[in-house]
Amino acid sequence: MMKVMKVDAIRNGTVIDHIPAGRVQRVLAILKPRGTDVVMMGMNFSSKAMRKKDIIKIEGRELNQHEVNSIALIAPDAKVSIIRDFNVTQKFKVEVPEVIEGLVLCPNPKCITNAEPMLTRFALVEANGSKLSCQYCERVFSTDEMDHV
Amino acid sequence: MKNLISMRDLSADKILQLLALAESLEKDPTQLDLSRRVMAAVFYEASTRTRMSFESAMKRLGGEVIAMVGTSGTSVEKGETLADTTKVIARYSDIIVIRHPLEGAARYVSEQVSIPVVNAGDGANQHPTQSLLDLYTIQKAQGTLEGLKLALVGDLKYGRTVHSLAYALAQFNPEFFFVSPKSLSMPIHILNDLSRMGVKFKEKTKLNKIVDDIDIMYVTRIQRERFPDREEYEKVKNAYIITADLLKNAKDNLKVMHPLPRVNEITTDVDSTKYAYYFDQAENGIYMRQAILATLLGEVK
Repeated sequence: MMKVMKVDAIRNGTVIDHIPAGRVQRVLAILKPRGTDVVMMGMNFSSKAMRKKDIIKIEGRELNQHEVNSIALIAPDAKVSIIRDFNVTQKFKVEVPEVIEGLVLCPNPKCITNAEPMLTRFALVEANGSKLSCQYCERVFSTDEMDHV
Repeated sequence: MKNLISMRDLSADKILQLLALAESLEKDPTQLDLSRRVMAAVFYEASTRTRMSFESAMKRLGGEVIAMVGTSGTSVEKGETLADTTKVIARYSDIIVIRHPLEGAARYVSEQVSIPVVNAGDGANQHPTQSLLDLYTIQKAQGTLEGLKLALVGDLKYGRTVHSLAYALAQFNPEFFFVSPKSLSMPIHILNDLSRMGVKFKEKTKLNKIVDDIDIMYVTRIQRERFPDREEYEKVKNAYIITADLLKNAKDNLKVMHPLPRVNEITTDVDSTKYAYYFDQAENGIYMRQAILATLLGEVK
């Protein structure tokens, strides 16, 4: 039986798989595709490991590890494939960086980062990125309660 | 050591070095000369005591002081950023001492300027010079920081000073009694941290049973505005008042400390007992701040 593709295969570009279902728009908001990028967005695909997952394909753009790591806090298990001429040439997992700069806002209203024109900076408390400590006000927050910049 | 921003940045060794220098400066203040060095006191909110303590510390070592006190009438009111204000002040001075209502402000300033920065209080976060002078005071009173029994009394929920002191002492094998009304008890995340560090502590709502057993009693003020209703405040406010009578069977070496100002939590009849140590504590702030200023200005070999 022929496999039915729900989303077109891409010739060149990046596929981000295993995004937790419902978070694809937040991932895209962080990656900020350029206005002319061809982007395919899949939601609630069935997945053996995750039951349901979201997926993104970006035609004509190869994301690097640094760019991909910026989505680690909301899609910690995402897998990234770089596609060239319909073939996967490179595969990697996202990694949560040790220091997270300018990516999420500090939920503490009395933190200096919410008053001055400056980048936020957080350090990992838990290796999986579920808890971060603000390097300015020194408070610890769970990532769920934090908004992205 | 380039800046003093947070107790978290200080190792036990560094703390002991600063205590030793404070002790040496108390004995012989003429060993250092900070003349022609300028300290800028940048106080975004009023704190007369802390500022005067820093100014006195600098001046008694021969240094000069310039100050911004409050933001009224300054460039801050015109909308200048903290970064710009302090970058300019850094051109006028050799060291910045900053007090700011927002948490993390001192850390941010230290990243913006090339001269040393001392955190003199950033909102509810850190006040490391207070913590260090408390440690110096305890060491001076007891001859050691090791293995002491301490009661921290009063508002343990919001009290930045007691949180910081608990962490700072944690590495010296203390035994703590945390004495407070239930609604103002030590935050659970701090208790968890202390347990993880293997620190012994007990939580208490009454003081009288432990008074005769402790070496240090550290008292803080319970502020009325911390209570949602007046009635609850009235119920607890007198439970934590220290009187000479309460101390009648205390250990000989007990010292009562308080960051001051006190209102009524230590009655004045305690002042003339051998246990009163809060005014000495205030004086110790001078020696500790001298040690900090001299170290950061590179005047200590």
